Formats: sequence, structure tokens, C-alpha cells
Amino acid sequence: MSAQRIIDIKNLTVSFNTYTGTLQAVRGIDLHLKQGEVLAIVGESGCGKTVTAKAVMRLLPTPQAVIGNDSEITFAGKNLLSFTESEMAKIRGKEISMIFQDPMTSLNPTMKIGEQIAESLIIHQNQSRQQANSQALAMLELVKIPNARRRLKQYPFEFSGGMRQRVMIAIALACNPKVLIADEPTTALDVTIQVQIMNLIKDLQQKLNQGIILITHDLGVVASVADRVVVMYAGKIVEEGTVDEIFYQPKHPYTFALLKSIPKLNTNNQEKLYSLAGTPPELINPPLGCPFAARCEFGMKVCRVKYPVIVNFTDSHQGYCWLYHEKADRTGLPVQFLQGVESSAQ
Amino acid sequence: MPNKEVLLQVKNLKKYFKVGRKEILKAVDDVSFDIYRGETLGLVGESGCGKTTCGKTVLGLYDATGGEVLFDGTNIHQLNTREKKEFTKRAQIIFQDPYSSLNQRMTVGDIIGEGIDIHRLYRGQERQDKIYELLDTVGLNPGHIFRFPHEFSGGQRQRIGIARALAVEPDFIVCDEPISALDVSVQAQIVNLLTELQETKGLAYLFIAHDLSMIKYISDRVGVMYLGTLVEFTRSDQLYKKPLHPYTKALLSAIPIPDPIVERRKETIPIEGEIASPINPEPGCRFASRCELAQEICRNKPPLREVADQHLVACHMVR
Repeated sequence: MSAQRIIDIKNLTVSFNTYTGTLQAVRGIDLHLKQGEVLAIVGESGCGKTVTAKAVMRLLPTPQAVIGNDSEITFAGKNLLSFTESEMAKIRGKEISMIFQDPMTSLNPTMKIGEQIAESLIIHQNQSRQQANSQALAMLELVKIPNARRRLKQYPFEFSGGMRQRVMIAIALACNPKVLIADEPTTALDVTIQVQIMNLIKDLQQKLNQGIILITHDLGVVASVADRVVVMYAGKIVEEGTVDEIFYQPKHPYTFALLKSIPKLNTNNQEKLYSLAGTPPELINPPLGCPFAARCEFGMKVCRVKYPVIVNFTDSHQGYCWLYHEKADRTGLPVQFLQGVESSAQ
Repeated sequence: MPNKEVLLQVKNLKKYFKVGRKEILKAVDDVSFDIYRGETLGLVGESGCGKTTCGKTVLGLYDATGGEVLFDGTNIHQLNTREKKEFTKRAQIIFQDPYSSLNQRMTVGDIIGEGIDIHRLYRGQERQDKIYELLDTVGLNPGHIFRFPHEFSGGQRQRIGIARALAVEPDFIVCDEPISALDVSVQAQIVNLLTELQETKGLAYLFIAHDLSMIKYISDRVGVMYLGTLVEFTRSDQLYKKPLHPYTKALLSAIPIPDPIVERRKETIPIEGEIASPINPEPGCRFASRCELAQEICRNKPPLREVADQHLVACHMVR
């Protein structure tokens, strides 16, 4: 491994106490982020992507959310989970920042935009109000908001969705954090604005050499910006690898199904879309074996009773699936699945 | 297309909203198109371009400011109460948000049965059987009939919305972003369901979405809207093979394609800035302020003209 791991998550479990029982939202995942890379976490809603991100930020509600005792989130050599709230406050916004999903509700409606950006500079970098204001102006210009000087004095309701998301990015990047967590940063935006925002995040990342954790369910966005991809399903990681490995050599049937179910621009109208029947399992009583077994076309008996062991396909590519066990019967599997999918690029 | 019988004709449709003393929001401004029986017409554009308003005005949920909507030859904005009721039996809508478009206090059976009761289509056991049949058609369990909407996932709720629209056996359904609130794998389920229903029941859809790859997949013809006007209108394969309007080109190049190698080689056509305000818009081409090709002539409104077979475009710069 060339670059250093800045975030290293070991055996993270998060559960929520609800009226109906304990909901196991994240069930023991190992994950790492290297300096200067974009790591995408993909999966359906409710698979634990956002909970994982919030666990890193220590933003999960207590006492409802319970993080497992032997879980570890190492950042710069220290376990974030052992931090006190005041120690954590020094990390948030300064070392690790987060861009939230909904730009419409995650800004403070009663504060001017300029103040919201300057706030973290004053707190974390002990800047004077004047210094912070001038840097806030620079940040707004960095995220390409026109008329930045006038905009500083405006309130969030005067901004459109795309502009608010830019403001969120400006706030997140103000203190030059080492890690940026972007939770569906473009889901609420239109495609043309999405391109602008993703290009902006990517440009800034290359300039500042940050690590980015990008949470999304848009595989197109993943293909365009990610270096590595983690696929989550029902609170577990089912496969992880470089972006090329995941898109062209998907090994887990879930990844394979996910990729097949999106229409590409060259998909013929007459072809039926591949659709995955059923829904993900309840996480209050998660299945004993592979959580995907019930929806899996290639499921075997063992899948339902025993959780698969990790399979290393390459140094960077791992997956959890019984199909790759030496005793598994792989006859009858589709060729595309066994040999990989080709790029549609000419 | 099997038969090209026009089902719905939209002529110079306008829908303005008064938002201030002298401010008029032109949500739909002079839009014309027609929909054939059994076809899917896609309508794409960014948020705020008026596609939903257009869909709702076509159904008469909004009164039109100008122009007319002819459904089987009759103008639906000039119907009396009884005719209007007859029209609502033939045209239905599926809403965008499956979470807020179902009455939380009604059971699934009552939600689906409401249309049947209003139009007095079936009674007693027949009504019950029809509801079971509809649940089965959209892939829900008959046991779900006594449940309430909150007990269902987003995809299941959207199925309830589809069953409700189908209950009165319509010819035409406006699908207002029916899949944008759903997960990728569920989107495919709903789209497959909609296309199956179209094949078996010969439905015509006005399919509104901002997801271009899905629009391309489901539609026979596609209209691209920008700030209340139709900028390009053609067959869906044609639109993706040979887009002509600079906005369509930029929009198409902006879609991220789930293929890393394609993405690395792709050159996007950047559109600077954001969509302008539809309040008191300037005359002339609405896209001119963001358009690279804009010239003096773009201050005049470009007409929607046919430049190739069945390919209409509203741009002065397209030869």
C-alpha cells in the first residue's frame, strides 16, 4: 500500500434500540480510507451507509444508537470512539468534515451565509472575525458563487439548491480538513448542477489532497469520481475493490445485479430491464447466513445458514460469497458473471 | 408504434402563475405536442422547468392560462362537471412522492377502491375481487388490503399508487417522476411493471422525469423542456443519437455513465450558471443566457420547427 491509511475502521457495529427490538444497522464492517483517494460507499437505502459515516463523525444519537464495544475507528493513530465530546468537537469540521445530503435543511436558516462559514474558522483556528470573514469570502469564491461579497450577507433562503450545496462544501472545506465525508452530495440536485458540484469536489480534492468518503446510490457518479468502491448490503460489506474491478469484474451477485439493473444509454428499449425481486431483509432479526441469499439467483443451501468467508480476488478486491468456495458448483452461472463485463467504450 | 391514432393533443398550452403585483411566473409557455394511443411520451428537464405543471395542466388539475388540451377531440378545460368526471375515469396520474400521495388514514383497499366507488364501476363482491386483482397486477399480496400506507416501503407504496390509477381502467396515465424517490433496484421493478401494463392494457403514458437514461429507456418519443418551453422533440433513439439543441447536448453529456472507462474519456459540455428565473422571463430564447452559441438573433423567440423527419428543435443556430 503506497498511501497511508488516514481512517481505519475495524469491526464497526452500530445498533439502534427501537420499540420492536434491536435494529442492527451496521454489522461488523472493516473499512479504510487512504490519503488522497475517493472511496465510494454504495448500496440501497437502509443498508447502513449513512450510519457508518455518522459513526465516524460521532453524530449518532445517544442513547438510541449503540456502537459495539470492540469497534474501532482509528484516525491519525487515535481511536475516535474513545474521545470525549469536547475532544470530538475539535476534530469535527477541522480534521474531518461532512457534507450532508439535503442542502435545503442542513444550513441554519437564521444565520447569514458568511457567518456560517466564518463560525468554524473562529472556533478552530482562533481567527479574528475580520480574518474569518475575508477567508469566508475566499471560500465562497473558491466554490464559484457569483457576487460572493454580496452573497456573504444573505440568508440560506435566498440561495437555490445548488448554491446551498456549494455553501455546504465551503463550510466543510473552510478549515482544510484531512477527510471529507460527502453523504449523497448531489442527490437533491439536477444533472447539470450535479456535474458542476462533482467537478468542484474533485478539483478541490486534487488541490488539497484530501481523502473523501463519498456516499451515494448513483453508480454513474461513482464511475466518474471514485478510486475505490465499497458495496454494502443489509449492514454488511459484500464486496470492495477499485472502481474498475467493481464495474468490470463484479464478483458478488448483488454487485452484479445492481450494475445490471440500471439502463445504460445504449440499452435497447425492447430489452427488459433486469430487476432484483424482493427487498432487503429486516435488520431487527437479520438472517444467519448471507443477507442477500433470499434474493440471490445463484443462492445455495449453505448461503442461508452460514455467513460467507472473505475471498481475496486481488490485493485490492475482496468479497464475501460462497460461490468462490472450492466446493461450490459454478456450472450454469452466466458467462458475464464469471468473466467480467466489458466496458461499452469504443 | 403499432397504430398512430392521436389520443391527446396539446396546443399552445400556457400556464402562468401570478406571484406578485407585476410578476408573472410562466411555468408552461406555449407548449404543443401530441400523444398517440399506447405510446409513452417522455418529458425531461431540470427542476423548475415546468414539466410537472405541464403534466397537471394536461389533466386539468390546473386551469390553463391559454391554449387547449384535446383528449379524443374534446377540450378538457371546457368540460362541465359530469363530463369532467367521465374524463377523470379515462385519465389518471401517478405522483412523484409515494410517501405523501397516499391518504394515511385509509386502508390500501379503500385507497384503490375509491375510484371504483366514485365511478360506480363494481359493487360488493365484484369490487372486492377487482381490488384483489389489481393488487395482484402490481405485485402486491392480497393480504395487504387491510393495511395502511405507513406499513409499506417506498417501492410498495408506488405500486399502490399505480394500482389506484389502474382501478378505473384509464387510457392515459401521467407518470410524474414515479421512480425518482426509489432505490435503483426498485426503480427497475417499477419501470418493468409500467411497461408490462402498457403492453397488456394499451395505455398511453406521459412520463415525466429528470433521469435521462430512464426516459430514454421507457419512452417512444421525448420532449426536452427548458424554462417552460419545449426546446427539442423527437423519437427517443434519435434524441440520444443526434441531439441538436445546445441544451439537450449539454444535458446528455452531463449524465454520469456507470462505466469508469467511458467516464474517464468523456468530455462534458459545461453549462455555466443555473437555470434562470421563470418570473417575467426575457423575450427570446430562454436558454440564451447559458448558451455558448448565443447570438444577436437569439433575442427573438426561436420557433419549434421540424429540421429532420419527426425531429423538432427550437434554436436559431441549428441549421
